[in-house]
Amino acid sequence: MITGIPIHYFLILATLMFFAGVYGFLTRRNLITVLMSVELILNAVNINFMAFNRYLYPHKMEGMFFSLFVIAVAASEAAVAIAIIINIYRRFSTINVEDAHEMKY
Amino acid sequence: MSPEKFVIMRHELLLTAAALMVLIVEVFSHPDKKGKVITLSAICFGLITVLGLLPSPEGELFGGMYITNAGRLMMKNILNIGVLLVFLQSADWLRRDENSEKISEYFVLMISTLIGMNFMISSGHFLMFYIGLELATIPIAALAAYDRHRNISAEAGIKLILISALSSGILLYGLSLIYGTTGSLYFGEIATVFRGSNLQLLGFIFFFTGMAFKISIVPFHLWTADVYEGSPINITAYLSVISKGAAVFIFIIVLFTVFPVIVAAWQKVIYVTSILTMTIGNLFAIRQQNLKRFLAFSSISQAGYILLGFIGGNQLGMASVIYYILVYIFSNLGAFGVVLAISNASGKENVDDYNGLYHTNPKLSLIMMLALFSLAGIPPVAGYFGKFFLFTAAAEKGYYTLVIIAVLNTIISLYYYLLIVKAMFLLKSDNPIEKFKSTWYTRFALGLCVAGIIVTGFASGLFELIRNLSFGI
Repeated sequence: MITGIPIHYFLILATLMFFAGVYGFLTRRNLITVLMSVELILNAVNINFMAFNRYLYPHKMEGMFFSLFVIAVAASEAAVAIAIIINIYRRFSTINVEDAHEMKY
Repeated sequence: MSPEKFVIMRHELLLTAAALMVLIVEVFSHPDKKGKVITLSAICFGLITVLGLLPSPEGELFGGMYITNAGRLMMKNILNIGVLLVFLQSADWLRRDENSEKISEYFVLMISTLIGMNFMISSGHFLMFYIGLELATIPIAALAAYDRHRNISAEAGIKLILISALSSGILLYGLSLIYGTTGSLYFGEIATVFRGSNLQLLGFIFFFTGMAFKISIVPFHLWTADVYEGSPINITAYLSVISKGAAVFIFIIVLFTVFPVIVAAWQKVIYVTSILTMTIGNLFAIRQQNLKRFLAFSSISQAGYILLGFIGGNQLGMASVIYYILVYIFSNLGAFGVVLAISNASGKENVDDYNGLYHTNPKLSLIMMLALFSLAGIPPVAGYFGKFFLFTAAAEKGYYTLVIIAVLNTIISLYYYLLIVKAMFLLKSDNPIEKFKSTWYTRFALGLCVAGIIVTGFASGLFELIRNLSFGI
């Protein structure tokens, strides 16, 4: 057990990161930054999982394994997203969300 | 664990073998003869679909992470039939020159998403569920951006991947809260210790939001129209039918097995979202000119009807949801098949272009009419029975107001479905779509859709079979 740092410090950090990610996703205009916001959300989830695992259920490793898989899946997601962003750049010569749209609602 | 036990993963293993085989054939085939990959994949997938229908032992693998039983196998078979129809419909489109270099990628990516959906449906643990979900959504984004030279295709791809990443992030945050309060990620173990404390309810709401994005429930539907319009038509068909169907299947399993304790809470959420989804989907569908956008909003409103089967938490509800998805696969793929055939032959996708279609292409118009009638729920065809069972399931639990709103919405939807029928049969056009002959792939696929629309409605044994395999809370 890590002495001195109570679990809710980790949970508050994760919550702040999660909502910073959601805020960034909704307000950022650069596609790469939007992708970074998503990574922020996923890392908040990882912190949550690992804190819960380490403090509350240290005899089982489910949370740790889950965060490992989240990291791997996030990497593959970023790979596909960046490939599409490169294609967007070729088509529109920009990766700004507001300039790269042709369909109207 | 003995190797024979892996037989119960038959669907996933066969699909993995098929995906690898397509890749190997791609490497060894002559660049001018890539077209034969289409035939090979279609035949191979047809075989898999037939093999999937064979009875299989029930059981668990990987310590209960992977569960299979007759009900889940039936869901996988329903998805298999839908994907087979999509494969057959897309043959003509894949033969076009601009796609000749990337035929095998289409099949590999599509089969990968189907493997993901199968794992997702068979999951008994949230890790398996999450990996299946991601395997089902990441390749679909690559497919949405498949038309590299079309701007809107790239736009659809980036919208889909970012929204699906955000929604799985939200879903995972909910899962992490549920894990923190229950100490397990197994469906069964969570259900035994889940008490519905405030933090657990918060986790559930995050989970619901993530799934609502995937099924495109209002207010999380805003991505749907753009992604559906930008993607190639067969990918749109796949997204609106197979992806949505798989997400609905696992969502109803999770709601009924993991969260039965807080049933009162999620019934309220579903009550509100169901009304919103039906109404907003219908109202927006009326003003659409592009047929893909039109079908996108129509599929949003269909998701609203499907939620009626969730709300009672009864066995009839689950059976009617599965049955409705089966009917929906045939009717929506019928409609998309006609749109795809016409777009391939003439490049036209707007409602106005369909004026006078009956005079030039009577058979296609009749198929389109049948599919739209089934989507609207007009009595002789299967869609009527699907809606009837959904409404009965909700009414059985006393949700009369909801059922009345749903019936009113059906009337609104009848208006805009009939607009297209009117354009095809009654309106005249100076410049109608020319008469054309489709290849036998398209004809076979559309024939199967028509047979499905008619037969699933009248074969009453089918609903009994589905009902025996489903369960309530």
